[in-house]
Amino acid sequence: MSRIKTIARRTFLITSAAIVGGVAFGTYKYQQDAPNPLTAGKGEAALNPFVFIDQSGVTLIAPRAEMGQGVYTTWAALIAEELDVELADIRVLHGPPAKAYFNSAAMQDVLPGKGYDMSGFMHSLSQVIGGAGKFFDLQVTGGSTSMRDGFDRMRVAGATARETLKQAAAERLGVERASLSTKGGQVIAPDGTAITYSDLAEAAALIDPPKVTLRDPSQWRILGRTQPRVDMVAKVTGTAKYAIDTRVDGMRFATLRINPKLGGAMNSFDASEAEKMPGVDRVIDLGTGIAVVASNTWLAIQAAEAVEIDWGDAPYPPDTDGIFARIDKAFDSDANSAMRDDGDADTLPEGATLIEANYRAPFLAHATMEPMNAAAFYTGDALEVWAGNQSPTFTQAACAKAAGLENEAVRLHTPVMGGGFGRRVETDFSVYATRVAVAMKGIPVQVTWTREEDMRHDFYRSGALARFRGAVKDGKAVLMDGQISAARTTQQAVNRLAGMSPGGPDKGQVDGAFNQPYAIPNYRIRGYLADLEVPVGFWRSVSASFNGFFHDTFLDEMAHAAGRDPLEFRLELMREEHPASAGTLEAVREMSGWTGKTPDGVGRGVGYTYSFGTPVAQVIEVIDTADGIRINKAWIACDVGLALDPGNIEAQMIGGMIYGLSAACFGEITFYEGEVEQFNFPDYDVLRMHNTPVTEVRVLEANKYMGGVGEPGTPPAMPALGNALFDLTGTRARELPLSKTFDFVL
Amino acid sequence: MVTTLTVNGTSHQIDLPGDVPLLWVLRDAIGLTGTKYGCGVAACGACTVHIDGQAVRSCQVALGDVSGDITTIEGIGTPDAMAAIQDAWVTHQVAQCGFCQSGQIMMAAALLAQNPSPDDREIDETMSGNLCRCGTYPRIRAAIHTAAEQLRKA
Repeated sequence: MSRIKTIARRTFLITSAAIVGGVAFGTYKYQQDAPNPLTAGKGEAALNPFVFIDQSGVTLIAPRAEMGQGVYTTWAALIAEELDVELADIRVLHGPPAKAYFNSAAMQDVLPGKGYDMSGFMHSLSQVIGGAGKFFDLQVTGGSTSMRDGFDRMRVAGATARETLKQAAAERLGVERASLSTKGGQVIAPDGTAITYSDLAEAAALIDPPKVTLRDPSQWRILGRTQPRVDMVAKVTGTAKYAIDTRVDGMRFATLRINPKLGGAMNSFDASEAEKMPGVDRVIDLGTGIAVVASNTWLAIQAAEAVEIDWGDAPYPPDTDGIFARIDKAFDSDANSAMRDDGDADTLPEGATLIEANYRAPFLAHATMEPMNAAAFYTGDALEVWAGNQSPTFTQAACAKAAGLENEAVRLHTPVMGGGFGRRVETDFSVYATRVAVAMKGIPVQVTWTREEDMRHDFYRSGALARFRGAVKDGKAVLMDGQISAARTTQQAVNRLAGMSPGGPDKGQVDGAFNQPYAIPNYRIRGYLADLEVPVGFWRSVSASFNGFFHDTFLDEMAHAAGRDPLEFRLELMREEHPASAGTLEAVREMSGWTGKTPDGVGRGVGYTYSFGTPVAQVIEVIDTADGIRINKAWIACDVGLALDPGNIEAQMIGGMIYGLSAACFGEITFYEGEVEQFNFPDYDVLRMHNTPVTEVRVLEANKYMGGVGEPGTPPAMPALGNALFDLTGTRARELPLSKTFDFVL
Repeated sequence: MVTTLTVNGTSHQIDLPGDVPLLWVLRDAIGLTGTKYGCGVAACGACTVHIDGQAVRSCQVALGDVSGDITTIEGIGTPDAMAAIQDAWVTHQVAQCGFCQSGQIMMAAALLAQNPSPDDREIDETMSGNLCRCGTYPRIRAAIHTAAEQLRKA
């Protein structure tokens, strides 16, 4: 029997379909021509499901990947809220690659607006333009977009499932649907008769889904409250399976060595010694490097190190100075963007004091705790891949191409990830595993990168330079004119994924600078793109990670030049422009007991950045100790518009800040003779328990729109720390990492 | 060469060279993947296991040098019967990506076995070799205090 029943709501349609022993509910967006991820069985209609209800209970198919940010839990909560099941009773699986799961929020930032000033009209328009994501196969977990994307869709799916199950019960009991209620995975009749959803699932598959209305937030029992994470028990018992933990019968273990002169060729190699080493099956030529397959990962690593390789040169300047010279040279060409250009930024207002400063931020590695890896099994006409990835449609297509197969012949598993931070948007590690598997036809192979290989073959956060000039008069900012240059991150990353480069102004490159809610009458932010073949990519908060430092540090310098308290100086400029942002500054002022004065040996700094829809303010306190400078305390206030899970938001804010502070203190990737000079954590240190500040978080909900939470905590951490160090020492560091200027507690 | 190892109370015959690190024996030969590879140079703590109750970095212990019974994260508790320290991790909702947490828990468990009431400074000293890129440190510290309290009551 072939059937799909639909209801329309806003821009998407809810559909239901029969499955074995039950019913599935899902959505289509706009046009229904996106190829379906589920192969339709004979006589069945296929759909892109979000909820399955069958004899084993309720299963959520989460089309977003879990990399630690809690998306499984909050998506499950959206369903559970309307479906009236307990969160703990929902099983969460990651969805297969499918165009219909595209990320509608990720494309919203194509509009020229600054985000914080979105009118209702612009908000609707950006939701519509979000549909363009479909054409880029954008099933991407990134840009802190998951909740903005799933908020309506998941709740409607849950509500539709609930009402359909109630209708099935009504027909069975011969009563009106309206007389029934739902609780704990059961439909309950007025006389107390309870029927489980599983019991109703098959009958529900035969019913037209009724129209639904979403519950008012005042009725919520799950959303808005901190929930236990659905992946927590597995992650504390060692039973959560990451891609690196994939184990299937007959599996062999491999590692690789790719040219450390990134993008360079392999001229020749000699594997004769390696091939004789214990446990080694084979050495595979990957063109730009080699892979070794063995009985054990460590034996593969030993053999890979024994291969003698003559590497070709990298296509970029061989050392850090030459690379930054390219970034600097871009200032001589036309600006790529001037996303903000208010008033007259060329003319110094009469009687104003001019301030000028240049800044520099280094290249950074992602350094996820789980090194890059993937497993693959190739049979000749099909490929199975296990890869912790943030972009399943791209990953599937890239693996299919590498194996010479149609996309449909590739089965991609996306397990939980040991950190993503943007690195796992890329497809390189999945493609390498595919190529090794193709060479090892009929044998499943896991390809694990060493930490050294991971750190030296990243798609780095680009190094960046900034030139700022500004002016203050009568204690106020009257001019800010910022120029920022970096490598072409968006163009590189989108080109790698989609095989095309977006032209025009790159809004992402100036994010965190052009869209800050300050009422400065003469205010211009221009972006410059450097021609540089160093591989760069998305790194937690992308360009806001350097723009936050540049823009907010310069504001701090302006405040001091104006003789003003730096927190009050910012607050005065943003109060009218964006009250929600002002609210975050007021919150950290109160939480930290900010007075603008600190005793000897103590320094405090404030930092603020609006990014990914969420304004975040931070105050950081540093103290002088005999062992060096310690980051003692931190206070964070964010305004997310609507806090679906406050405990998870707190965790993301603290985690984002620590990620930013680690980079601010120690993070730096440098180049010598074309190779990255950092190999492992001893060369790329991060904050640890003993040097992480005691932190307090406040989550506000005054903003008009729901913002992201995974990334916005990172950008303001860097200027807040630098500003605190200036308060402590009187030294203004304009270059990251700050360990170049200050001695921290190690 | 065959080596006999006792892991979580079970004996295993391992046919690998004696210089293979315990980490890769556990993960690839025995299939106990709860113990994680993070750096291979004892710089991150993700591979921490116990040998006769002592916390060690399993990436630095050669198979041929193992003398003692090994306990991994799978050996201290299961999803249906978690150890008190794992319960505390759940209470404080510590894990984000979770990849470092096996090592964090094994390090903290060894600490609590030796010091039933560690203060913040003692926790920091013991745990400073265990990296977490998600930044869960504040919750780890709180969970260790809670676990210590529970263990003292027991």
